[in-house]
Amino acid sequence: MNTTTTPSRIKVITGNAAAAIAAKLARPDVVAAYPITPQTEVIEQISTFHASGEMDCELITVEGENSAMNAVMAASLAGGRVFTASSSWGLVFMYDAVLAVAGARAPVVMVNVNRETPGIIAVSSGQQDMISTRDAGWIFLIAEDCQEVLDLVLQSYRLAEDYDIQLPVMVHYDGFFLSYLSEGVDIPEQETVDRFLSVLKDQPRRTVLTPGQKLGVGSHGILGGYMELRHKHVTAMERSKAKFEEIDKEFASIFGRSYGGQVEEYRCDDADIVLLGSGSMCGTIKSVIDDQREKGVRIGLVKMRMYRPFPHQALVAALKGKKAVGVVDRSLAFGFDGGPIYTELKAFETRLDGAQLVSFIDGIANTDITKTNVEKMIQMTRDLADGKDVPEVTWVSYPDANTKGGK
Amino acid sequence: MMSEVRFHGRGGQGVVTTSKILANAFARTGQYGASFPMFGFERRGAPVTAFGRFSDKPVREKTQIYNPNILVVLDPSQKKAANVFAGLLPGGMMLLNDKKNTDDVRHENLRKLAVVDANGIAMEEIGLPIPNTVVVGAFAKMSGLLDIAPVVEALADYFSGKKLAANEICAQRGFEQVQMIDL
Repeated sequence: MNTTTTPSRIKVITGNAAAAIAAKLARPDVVAAYPITPQTEVIEQISTFHASGEMDCELITVEGENSAMNAVMAASLAGGRVFTASSSWGLVFMYDAVLAVAGARAPVVMVNVNRETPGIIAVSSGQQDMISTRDAGWIFLIAEDCQEVLDLVLQSYRLAEDYDIQLPVMVHYDGFFLSYLSEGVDIPEQETVDRFLSVLKDQPRRTVLTPGQKLGVGSHGILGGYMELRHKHVTAMERSKAKFEEIDKEFASIFGRSYGGQVEEYRCDDADIVLLGSGSMCGTIKSVIDDQREKGVRIGLVKMRMYRPFPHQALVAALKGKKAVGVVDRSLAFGFDGGPIYTELKAFETRLDGAQLVSFIDGIANTDITKTNVEKMIQMTRDLADGKDVPEVTWVSYPDANTKGGK
Repeated sequence: MMSEVRFHGRGGQGVVTTSKILANAFARTGQYGASFPMFGFERRGAPVTAFGRFSDKPVREKTQIYNPNILVVLDPSQKKAANVFAGLLPGGMMLLNDKKNTDDVRHENLRKLAVVDANGIAMEEIGLPIPNTVVVGAFAKMSGLLDIAPVVEALADYFSGKKLAANEICAQRGFEQVQMIDL
């Protein structure tokens, strides 16, 4: 990190500020948004940039999130570059439009600041809002720190607007733990970002609204027509995996930072056991791994950076042949015993050459995924590798769930 | 070497900004700083806790701080609260915003107590009882981890014009007027 090959400067800013600055650097034509904790600061910052003239876009301050998503969808279909941001209740309130954007293949880019969903009222962190929208047909990316928030937003435009992809992208980052985290972020120069995004201008122009010409969007699809559109959507999603890897490599050559594409493997080469995590927890897990490595524990982390499409090929390649894998979920899959990411990985268990899987649920509703909790998870994953009896699912911060046997 | 600092105060006192300014100041010295607050619905008067990690190496932890070696208490009414001292490591330091140099704050692990009348200084310089910029100056002196210069420079990222000038004086006065007791 920080081996920059181009001019840059480090600023201590929050994850929210990193998202807003990235949006500004991408020079969107239209931003429409509505504030919500813990995302509000993104909109505050963009409003400030807009008011000062630093950001030359149409800023639509809508009366609610549903309008925000409809506004950026329309602007995107008309050919514009767009941005919006939301969280939790806001994401739920725009849900029909979120689906419509995907169906229309509008290359909308947004950030979602992860928070628990409506039901039990909570202004607190958790990935349940991401899980609730996982099959909307969007590409989902997840950031670990403030720098990655900025970098992923920039990379998202390359992915969304790529002629071979044309899909909306949502960048997720943990509310509170990242949205309000202040740390040093290398903010690239405008010219560098312009250069990185300039290749989008050289590709064939996507179908956009042209005055005087007819254009149908949000079309009805019946039987075969519907299936054709859906299948095209699914195959574009699949193509986005390799495209994301390419973009990451090119990003590295320009900005000097590389993240490894769909998944990042941290100290995995000779690891017997691995934790699979996503988001801000990964920073904490890495620091615990460093401590345990000094004690001779052969442990690594696989960080999921792309969640939709589900990067199963990359996960299988990273996890294959390990003795045991502990999957950490910051959300729930109702009806399943394990967390959502655990449940999805389970479908590929037979390809993992015997690696055993165990599910950890933690970090819900602002529960802190502490170093102690990570140590517990590592110990249980080691126990599993050693052939000991380990429960399939553990709610790490709520022991009652484990003793009462709610099954 | 990483310092883990926990900040205690109330909404409106600038608790979050205190932790941000210090993270910013550390970054200016080529070190690393990371800070974040923990609160629910944002409102004035509610208790706010913030966490700061300052180190010569990149900070990757994204968790709250349970075993601080430094406490910063912006709200004098919390100076004896049990949760303030929870987990304090032996040899710990505490910076307290209080009117006078109280001798009634003690804890078995507290080795250094620093007191500054940050509200008083803030009233004189900016006309508001917002203690945060006095506290950041006092922090530099007490901790010995920072010079006052990067702290004052960092203020320019949060204030401008007359407010900046007044807050710079606040930080300077905090640095000069903080009183320290070895316990």
